[in-house]
Amino acid sequence: MLLQLPVIIGAAFVYLAVLFAIAYYGDKRADAGRSIISHPLVYSLSLGVYCTTWTFYGSVGRAAASGIGFLPVYLGPTLVAALWGTIMLKMLRVSKTYRITSIADLIGSRYGKSQLLAGLVSLIAVIGVVPYIALQLKAIANSFSILTAYPETLARAEPASGMIFTDSGFLITLMLAAFTIVFGTRHLDATERHEGMVAAVAFESVVKLVAFSAVGVFVTWGIYDGFDDIFRRASEVPALFALMTSRDTAATYGSWTALTLLSMSAVMFLPRQFQITVVENVDENHLRRAIWMFPAYLLAINIFVLPIAFGGLIEFGKQGTDTDMFVLTLPMSRDQQWLALLAFVGGLSAGTGMIIVETIALSTMVCNDLVMPLLLRLRMQALERRSDLTWLLLGIRRFSIVSILLLGYLYFRLAGEAYALVSIGLISFSAVAQFAPAIIGGLYWKGATRRGAVAGLMAGFIVWTYTLLLPSFARSGWLPQEFLTQGVFGIELLRPQQLFGLAGLDAITHALFWSMACNIGALIGFSLLGREDAREATQAELFVDVFKHGSGVAGPSFWRGSAQVGDLITLVGRFLGVERARRAFERYAARRGNIGVDQLRADADLVHFTETQLAGAIGSASARVMVASVVKEEALGLDEVMNILDEASQVRAYSQQLEQKSRELEQATTELRAANERLTDLDRLKDDFMSSVTHELRTPLTSIRAFSEILVDNPEMEEDQRQEFLSIITKETVRLTRLVNQVLDMAKLESGRTDWRDERTDLREVIEQAVAATSQLFKDRGAAIELVLPDELPGVMIDGDRFVQVLVNLLGNAVKFVNPGSGHVKVSLTRDDADIVVEVADNGPGILAEDQPKIFEKFRQGGDSLTGKPQGTGLGLPISRQIVEHYGGRLWVESAPEREPGARFIFRLPSSLIALEEEAA
Amino acid sequence: MTRSKLTAQRLAALFLAGWMAFNYPLLSLFNLPARVLGVPLLYVYVFAAWGLLIALTAWLVERRKD
Repeated sequence: MLLQLPVIIGAAFVYLAVLFAIAYYGDKRADAGRSIISHPLVYSLSLGVYCTTWTFYGSVGRAAASGIGFLPVYLGPTLVAALWGTIMLKMLRVSKTYRITSIADLIGSRYGKSQLLAGLVSLIAVIGVVPYIALQLKAIANSFSILTAYPETLARAEPASGMIFTDSGFLITLMLAAFTIVFGTRHLDATERHEGMVAAVAFESVVKLVAFSAVGVFVTWGIYDGFDDIFRRASEVPALFALMTSRDTAATYGSWTALTLLSMSAVMFLPRQFQITVVENVDENHLRRAIWMFPAYLLAINIFVLPIAFGGLIEFGKQGTDTDMFVLTLPMSRDQQWLALLAFVGGLSAGTGMIIVETIALSTMVCNDLVMPLLLRLRMQALERRSDLTWLLLGIRRFSIVSILLLGYLYFRLAGEAYALVSIGLISFSAVAQFAPAIIGGLYWKGATRRGAVAGLMAGFIVWTYTLLLPSFARSGWLPQEFLTQGVFGIELLRPQQLFGLAGLDAITHALFWSMACNIGALIGFSLLGREDAREATQAELFVDVFKHGSGVAGPSFWRGSAQVGDLITLVGRFLGVERARRAFERYAARRGNIGVDQLRADADLVHFTETQLAGAIGSASARVMVASVVKEEALGLDEVMNILDEASQVRAYSQQLEQKSRELEQATTELRAANERLTDLDRLKDDFMSSVTHELRTPLTSIRAFSEILVDNPEMEEDQRQEFLSIITKETVRLTRLVNQVLDMAKLESGRTDWRDERTDLREVIEQAVAATSQLFKDRGAAIELVLPDELPGVMIDGDRFVQVLVNLLGNAVKFVNPGSGHVKVSLTRDDADIVVEVADNGPGILAEDQPKIFEKFRQGGDSLTGKPQGTGLGLPISRQIVEHYGGRLWVESAPEREPGARFIFRLPSSLIALEEEAA
Repeated sequence: MTRSKLTAQRLAALFLAGWMAFNYPLLSLFNLPARVLGVPLLYVYVFAAWGLLIALTAWLVERRKD
């Protein structure tokens, strides 16, 4: 026979030894920097610590009593996990940034690093979670006593015997306490991370899933013939058939919703869930993937709950059996000893996983937020003398672990016998739910104050105690039964489970409603009525806007005072160990770019660093007190903090503005540079212009003056010569006048002060006038002129005289460059599309391509300026171009002397100039 | 960031859908004494909806990587 006492105990010990080996290996690997838990799957599995013996044994019991009613506790986490990318990520970021190591620390730290609040949360957590630990002890003790009774299949575990030291439950408690101590408090870590423990917990999740599924498969296909067989047979029993639907009442659905909500808060705020999800998290990305992996685990472990429950009910009937233990009793009734042993180990893994993580998390809280603050307050003097306090911290934690487990055992003996597993667990869930308003409010509402949080937690906790904890004592006979039926002092309105006459709800829904109403009401009410102090405002800002402030980035500095570096190092050394403190500061110094610790300055940043280091070990509230004891701190007033916050946000705003401005400035600079270049160009052009003008004026003036002097000096000059000289003087004067006129013209055109007398003009007449004006030139040169004009042409709205000027210029140029005697100039007027095109073509030498742009510059003359005599003013073409462009037209030259002689000057006027009535006609 | 914000919003929508699916009154529609392949309708519905919810979540979360 396999299932004998030594075998069972041996199996339990072997299992625990394996667990310890995994944890040891995990720690070893973590020390070596090669983490075995850095994988989303491991992380998700370790989150499976949510499934305790409540799930392993209790779900079946719950299903046997209420069918599908066991499920909301797993649907809630599935739903809320979808929000983890928002809520949980924020909790994670806050905790990582500020080295928060427990739920008490989180709440205390958020509300101004309040020791009072952290202590209160720790107290609620311990009292609230004790029933949950009792549940594990009860389940393990029951499974043990049922298994040892083999071959007899007990319907119920035997109640514990009177003597405490022979009670298996007590022995199990002690054993687990020792195991947890070895597990969780071997050394002290600033971050409170336990990689080995996480690895072991993940392993436990696998064991319990495998064990439970094995039993499920055996029941479904071993005892029965598949799912349909079980449900078909069950539906033949009226009592079981009723379980297949839930009762369609408001209370049923109300309780369903309440359980969903409860489990949502539990899966985030239970101390052990916080420990695994937040404190033990190594990578934010793991959280992202756990969003579906963890719910998948929950689904997997629940698949066989209903088959096992119905199978058990068919097998044993409903009366007189402990439905919680079907997982164990079904294999036993069919003589499956190995399977029963596996189920026992599975239950053990579910229980130990919860107990280890929960007590470690609770012991951290008790130590950091309850005991240390008291010790620091009461025995400051004695502690001052100690140089190394790490032993004290570890001692307190170990003592806490034993105490918490003994409290759990006490509750199990006092009240646990009267309840099913799930009912005990729900009492704890309701206690933990009290943290939800303070945390969610604290993370998203800056206005939530410490007074509000304290009031909310107190109110919620008191209501919870009155409506759930005390009734559980009354049920087990520890308090008089009248307390339940008649209320305190016989006042019926105060009956704890029908408070103020609220009846018709089950105990949990009832308690949840009243406690949450009081909790949330007090949180909001007191927050709005009171005013926060400086530290609260600081923490509120840092928490709510954690993503804005970023991690590690220098946020606003809220500390002012003076400190000695040596004092700070010594302080950290006392709590973390001298060696570790030294290393931590060296790393810090290296990060700051300094060479050594001795060069560090005790500035706000270093003090902050010290405080965070300590916070990891003793909680943020205590850390603040300790740091305050070695530094001289100037208290910042609320106004000052507000100013700093304001400054910080202003600085952010300013820097954004600055960036914008500098971009604009850059652009303006570029524009300015371009404008400046243009100005320089223009300036140079002006200089060129001036020198050209003076040069051009000087030439005729010189010759006028020279000839006049000759005439004055030689009065008896011959008449012929005198006539010749006088005609030269006249010609030069004409040239001078023309030049001055053209310069004035040019200046007027360029400055836009020209008077334009636009009227309907026939371009053909303009051309004829110009030809007439230049006919003498053509005759002198012996050149022919040819006109090609259309028969019909619409009138255009232009200043005709100006265009005569343009054409005279063009014709004058043309005739100047053609060979004397054989010159031929052709003027043609055509319409291209609607535009009007005038072309003056000559058969002269043409203009080289590279010279073509130059001839439109002022004072540039065609031909070789070195040898050839200047033949014009050099302003004709620029002026003509100005005129044409004024009308939106274009003037250009086409010439390719290497291919054919001649140049063609063309201007084109847009059709928009055509007089309107002409176009209409 | 925009992408992950979008995913967060999609997940939030999934949360709302799940909340609807697992509460009164939708739940009461399946609270009938019928059986699907031998299994009570209510059980089939809850587990199927649960599985679908997880599958959709997984799809949303894992999709970002490609």
